[in-house]
Amino acid sequence: MPLAVALIVLVVGTLVFHFLSPWTFTPIASNWGMIDSIVDLTFVVTGIVFVAVNLFMAYAIIRYRHREGLKAKYEPENKKLETWLTVLTTIAIAAMLAPGLFVYAKIVTVPEGATEIEAVGQQWHWSFRLPGKDGEFGTVDAKLIGNDNPFGIDPDDPHGQDDVLVEEAIVHIPLGEPVRFWLRSKDVLHNFTVAQFRVKMDLVPGLVTHMWLEPTRVGEYEILCEELCGIAHHAMRGRVVVDEPEDYQAWLDSQPTFAEIQARAPGDPALGAASYALCAACHGSQGEGLVALNAPKLSGQGPWYLKRQLQNYKLGRRGIHEDDLYGKQMAPMAATLVNDTMIDNVVAYIRTLPDTPAPATVTGDVAHGAQLYKLCAFCHGADAAGIEAMKAPRQAGMTDWYLLSQLRNFKQGLRGHHPEDLDGKQMGFMARTLQDEQAMRDVIAYINTL
Amino acid sequence: MAYVAIADRDHELEHHDPTTFITKYIWSQDHKVIAIQYSITALFVGFVALVLSGMMRLQLGFPDSFSFITPVSYYQFITMHGMIMVIFLLTALFLGGFGNYLIPLMIGSRDMVFPYMNMVSFWVYLVSVIVLLSSFFVPGGPTGAGWTLYPPQAILPGTPGTDWGIILMLVSLALFIVAFTMGGLNYVTTILQARTRGMTMMRLPLSLWGIFMATILGLLAFPALFVSAVMMTLDKAIGTSFFMPAVISMGEQLDHAGGSPILFQHLFWFFGHPEVYIVALPGFGLVSDLLSTHARKSIFGYRMMVWAILAIGGLSFVVWAHHMYVSGMNPYFGFFFATTTLIIAVPTAIKVYNWVLTLWQGDIHLTVPMLFAIGFIFTFTHGGLTGIFLGNVVVDLPLSDTYFVVAHFHMVMGVSPIMVVFGAIYHWYPKITGRMFNETLGKWHFWLTFFGTYAIYLPMHYLGFLGVPRRYFSMGDTEFMPESAFVLNQSITISALFVGVVQLLFLYNIIVSLKKGKEAGPNPWKATTLEWQTPDTPPKHGNWGHELPVVYRWAYDYSVPGYHDDFIPQNVPPNPDIPAHDDGTHHS
Repeated sequence: MPLAVALIVLVVGTLVFHFLSPWTFTPIASNWGMIDSIVDLTFVVTGIVFVAVNLFMAYAIIRYRHREGLKAKYEPENKKLETWLTVLTTIAIAAMLAPGLFVYAKIVTVPEGATEIEAVGQQWHWSFRLPGKDGEFGTVDAKLIGNDNPFGIDPDDPHGQDDVLVEEAIVHIPLGEPVRFWLRSKDVLHNFTVAQFRVKMDLVPGLVTHMWLEPTRVGEYEILCEELCGIAHHAMRGRVVVDEPEDYQAWLDSQPTFAEIQARAPGDPALGAASYALCAACHGSQGEGLVALNAPKLSGQGPWYLKRQLQNYKLGRRGIHEDDLYGKQMAPMAATLVNDTMIDNVVAYIRTLPDTPAPATVTGDVAHGAQLYKLCAFCHGADAAGIEAMKAPRQAGMTDWYLLSQLRNFKQGLRGHHPEDLDGKQMGFMARTLQDEQAMRDVIAYINTL
Repeated sequence: MAYVAIADRDHELEHHDPTTFITKYIWSQDHKVIAIQYSITALFVGFVALVLSGMMRLQLGFPDSFSFITPVSYYQFITMHGMIMVIFLLTALFLGGFGNYLIPLMIGSRDMVFPYMNMVSFWVYLVSVIVLLSSFFVPGGPTGAGWTLYPPQAILPGTPGTDWGIILMLVSLALFIVAFTMGGLNYVTTILQARTRGMTMMRLPLSLWGIFMATILGLLAFPALFVSAVMMTLDKAIGTSFFMPAVISMGEQLDHAGGSPILFQHLFWFFGHPEVYIVALPGFGLVSDLLSTHARKSIFGYRMMVWAILAIGGLSFVVWAHHMYVSGMNPYFGFFFATTTLIIAVPTAIKVYNWVLTLWQGDIHLTVPMLFAIGFIFTFTHGGLTGIFLGNVVVDLPLSDTYFVVAHFHMVMGVSPIMVVFGAIYHWYPKITGRMFNETLGKWHFWLTFFGTYAIYLPMHYLGFLGVPRRYFSMGDTEFMPESAFVLNQSITISALFVGVVQLLFLYNIIVSLKKGKEAGPNPWKATTLEWQTPDTPPKHGNWGHELPVVYRWAYDYSVPGYHDDFIPQNVPPNPDIPAHDDGTHHS
């Protein structure tokens, strides 16, 4: 008897949970509302079966529970009943499958004239490419991928010259127009998912996959990777911004083409030297850093990283949290570099400065730090020299007190909390695995030995 | 020499009784000892995997609170948890454990037809387990590639355990498959060749139909995994490119080119989907016998049940790509695989109806095995129905790779088979040990496990609807996830840890009852099948003393009209005073 009651309670409880649960589909932002309808239909059909089977079973347990003198009925078969149940089940299954396949046919049929965007995945970042004015993507080859050609575009293919490249993980799409995402991976399997769009698809190295949708709501949505891709799988985030068509066009026009990027003049250190005079006040004339002014060492750091951080400061993605006092000091300094050329120049100048390893000031348990560093090494490299392709800066030989302050900032959300600072967000995920101050000191003590 | 059934040659066959402790309990060729060896090993690794799941739940419920859980160890935990549970616990326990114990006893045979190979099967299995567990102690630790081991990720340095772990995993799987093949050939051949007189196929208990079909699935499906393991080992060890296209790793160009990651997925799921039924079909069979025995009623629709097992087994080979709807395979496959997948729901539903109809008009004894059997029906129905969501390709799109999937397959492949495992262990414990377990502890074990697991998995489906992805070390501040989702995760973790601890009740019960349990007698449940009719309990080597039993009836003569007892064992001759009844099998 308690079992029958338990079954009834569970059935009723399940229904109550279902109808009262605040956890339901994230509000949709694409044309695939039909998927939600099929889900609702499936809920109704399966829900009826769930309730019917279990309540019948509960009833059977109550009615036929063992009592003195009760004898079971001998009924090995009942062909008629079995046939009826088979037929009814088949009909119920068909009622879910047929409309499902009908909708699926629409999903696999991409409308003519859809906006085409390529999403490129790698461990653990997103970037995007659009076909440009000629409407055709240039050919790509994995063998051509490198730090100066992260998309692997064939420089000899004229279609590739006007390809629009978005080297950060934020892409815009126009409202109310069909968009086809071509999906390509440089390394392992990834998956392009925006929960609000409902459809998703894997990125498979060696081939190009696709999916399409029509955004129906202006807004910003997070891209998640939903195919396990290594230790930072959960931190591989991107953003889709659904714009009104004119805003979309404005965004598109502001993005550089492959040809423009290739033609960019390298920074001029001589011109950068003048700009650096301001930096030298805090960071030192040799870029060696100055702990008293909370200015980290710059010399020897990857120029790509310095550039990105300067841009982050300028764009208000870094140095805006009210508790990030030193970051807030840096933001107006970065603003004095009024364009990318100035940034390139100053970074080029910093590159000419002598790279003397900064003195070690942080101590800790090196052996424990070595254990902890295993996670860091996935991106920053076993030698902590940084890996540009992983967007991971150098740590070894840099000012260690600064590493400590930044680890704290990442862990506490003072850095990497801006929604558009996706690399910072990724580092935040990782910094939070360090339990306490001591763990941070240990890992930095280990980095000091490298 | 003309063919003579093994049962009719019983007197000519030699039966070497083991004489020393070692031949009796260690290098034993007795199917019952091998069954127990398999079961203890499987349960041991199962407990290891249970602890691993507790660790991953700690991280999910209370992110970043434990220094020993990093993304590296987390992905290692989930990978080892999954692989151990699916292969090294469930497959080994259902087939190596229950299969070994029950097949010769239920068909009235003295042992497996190849006892030596049966022994070797266990020892190779043990080696595979040792190889697998040794990966916890090698540099870099076990692989963290997820139990599906998808390349390229599984062998590239962005994943934990690519030094040694992945190689050990692949070697361990290959060894397991060798072990399984030796055991599996034995199970199939024994069922086909060594049945005693009168034991027609249509008189087999459903336990054996389930085990029989599952073994055939295994023999056909495991080779696909075997070749994938061999090819991936080559890709990793000597740089071949079976599954490896040209890729960049950590900013470096690799030498691979031309391989196909999707090919691996097809091979993996060509094995992986039948694997679901390799675990499910023995469960279906065992639970049928539990329900019939404890409801004192013949199983409803025996023939339909047999056909359903065969149909499910056959269909299980043409549904694999429903695991790959968003894998990037040709999207038109979706039409075919969604259709086959939903068709498989029909025979599966029939089985559920027939279990429930077995209870109807029965004389239901709510013993501990029966509680677990009914718990199985409830959880399997739940897990089966959510499978219809995922099988229907459009519904799969939003749910694929979310917690809905995790909840679904744990319900259908974790909780419900485990319900059968517990129910079956309690059911056959008196035969295996000669003693009864503690009924009160067994009931507590059921109630806490049943409610506890539902508290874990019911809410988990809803995280999936929300869009929470699986295999995430932590969610961070994902914008569409409300704060309440984190509270829900904590609640799930607490339930999971609770259920984990509750399993100690089971361990305590089966260990202490070995000595303290009261004598069970030969047939405490008054069951009809042959294993309850042995001259000794526990059955001795050779099972049947001087004479093999002769079978006169099907396995489900419960509450037959005209008889005083509510059960008639299969080896009881017909009573000429009582008119024959239709047992539904129409075979003599």
